[in-house]
Amino acid sequence: MNKDKMINGIISAILLALLFGLVVLLDHTLPTTGIAMTVLQKCCIYSLVAVSMNLLNGFTGLFSLGQAGFMLLGAYTYGILTIPVDARPSVYQYFDGGIVQFSVPFWVGILAAGCVAALFAWLIGLPVLRLKSDYLAIATLGFAEILRAFCQWDKLGGLTNGSNMLRKYPSFNTLLFPFTVSVICIAVIVLLINSSYGRAFKAIRDDEVAAEAMGINLAHHKRMSFCISSFFAGIGGALLAMFQTTVQASAFKTNMTYEILLVVVIGGLGSVTGSIIATFLFYLCSEWWLRFLDSEIMIGAFKVPLLRPGFRKVVFSIVIMVIVLFARKGIMGDREFSVAAVRRWFGKHRSSGSEGKEEKA
Amino acid sequence: MLKVSGLKVNYGGIEAVKGIDFEVPEGSIVTLIGANGAGKSTTLRSIASLVKPTEGSITFMGEDITGLSTNEVVGKGITLVPEGRKIFPDLTVTENLKIGAYMRKDQASVQKDLNWVFGLFPRLKERHWQPGGTLSGGEQQMLAIGRALMSKPKLIMMDEPSLGLAPIVVQGVFDIIETISQQGVTILLVEQNANMALKAADYGYVMETGRITMSGTGKELAENEDVKAAYLGKSK
Repeated sequence: MNKDKMINGIISAILLALLFGLVVLLDHTLPTTGIAMTVLQKCCIYSLVAVSMNLLNGFTGLFSLGQAGFMLLGAYTYGILTIPVDARPSVYQYFDGGIVQFSVPFWVGILAAGCVAALFAWLIGLPVLRLKSDYLAIATLGFAEILRAFCQWDKLGGLTNGSNMLRKYPSFNTLLFPFTVSVICIAVIVLLINSSYGRAFKAIRDDEVAAEAMGINLAHHKRMSFCISSFFAGIGGALLAMFQTTVQASAFKTNMTYEILLVVVIGGLGSVTGSIIATFLFYLCSEWWLRFLDSEIMIGAFKVPLLRPGFRKVVFSIVIMVIVLFARKGIMGDREFSVAAVRRWFGKHRSSGSEGKEEKA
Repeated sequence: MLKVSGLKVNYGGIEAVKGIDFEVPEGSIVTLIGANGAGKSTTLRSIASLVKPTEGSITFMGEDITGLSTNEVVGKGITLVPEGRKIFPDLTVTENLKIGAYMRKDQASVQKDLNWVFGLFPRLKERHWQPGGTLSGGEQQMLAIGRALMSKPKLIMMDEPSLGLAPIVVQGVFDIIETISQQGVTILLVEQNANMALKAADYGYVMETGRITMSGTGKELAENEDVKAAYLGKSK
């Protein structure tokens, strides 16, 4: 049993190391501004955001649609804190150089992004988490929308630069950076889910009354889950800000939340690996692999029918509908993809195979 | 051990419990029987602090526990096995049991009690890796009881453990209740199955529309003509 665990652990570690190696390799081979690089970077960032949303929606059973709002908080916090002091006059040109006249290293900015998002989650968690299901969704959605409007408000221009964009803050141009940050954050979330807190979250999702009767403090645990989820959404927002090199509140529309929700549902509510797999499939398909559907293709003198700009979205929608119809609980359901699971699966098939042979004999 | 006096509870706009007094002595099995809507479940829920009483007091081992939060009540050693089992369907059997021990910090003794519960319910041990939702009704009831035992309760309150179970399974549940009692856990049992409950109980109370109308030892009540007529389905 323990030996098995050790083997699983070693294989997982080797795979992760190989993955890191691959990322470093890609960093050296792929053109830095090519589509492959951009999409992969985006996938890393959205994986983190999707997993953080899954922590709340899939593991704790709180149907929240505030993710874009918390990402916005993260992105703005990061931007505001890290723009170099000498670049501030040009960024805040309409607001006399802004009111923040210092700048912090990028990693402090990223942490601060998470903390600010968590702080806001804590504050709005007080009233909002009393609500359930759809009502909670509406309240959090409203919160995100209010935040977006607030960030574009002229009176806050000294801080948020009004409806103008924040720019010139430190960003990244490698794949390794977003990959590493996401891996660390997701690892923390996985540790949390497998701890006794994670079990309590799942208990709340399954049955609130029974969870309460077992001595789980509902309000406390819900708020904890909400804050932690928002913390990582904030970090995701900071990464997104770095990825885009500019931040503008108008980009953080509810569409963004729906997209992440879609990814989480397709991956499977309650599966971390499901969310990651779905993120990569979703963004690789929608932004890269299905691109050819948008361009007219001639095979000799024959023009392939239907292919024209926009057709990609049609195909993509159909693919999603098919997934939802045939895999009701998402690609992974609430299972996880792990070395242990794969080995168990192969083990099962091997033993059933050998049983079959015995029967023949 | 547990003393309830003058308890009144409003539930959903009506006065479900209209001032009741009863006691549960240490080491005993005490049952509350009565028809639907008599206020039995509400009584248990208010002891567990899932609903707040409007009046009256609840003392446990000489300590006033009225108005404590549910997790504090569980911390004092009172655990509720809720009506309809309410196990966590997506968690495995082991995870369900571990949630029961959520308030406890000492992992070594939690592990010991896990083995103890698996000893009481060998079926659960066989199925320890299965999601709770895939168990049969009787097994789920075992799981709900086992989960409550994992909090190491001094007093365990069971809300209709025989609900929706086949007669032979009900017998199994009551056997378990007696086993637990012999191991020193005090039990407060709410039942509609008055026949079984009174057989198992040391002392019983009959509740009708929010009031306690009769009390006596299990045997006395089982032989009482009014109880027989009303709850045991025997004519006078």
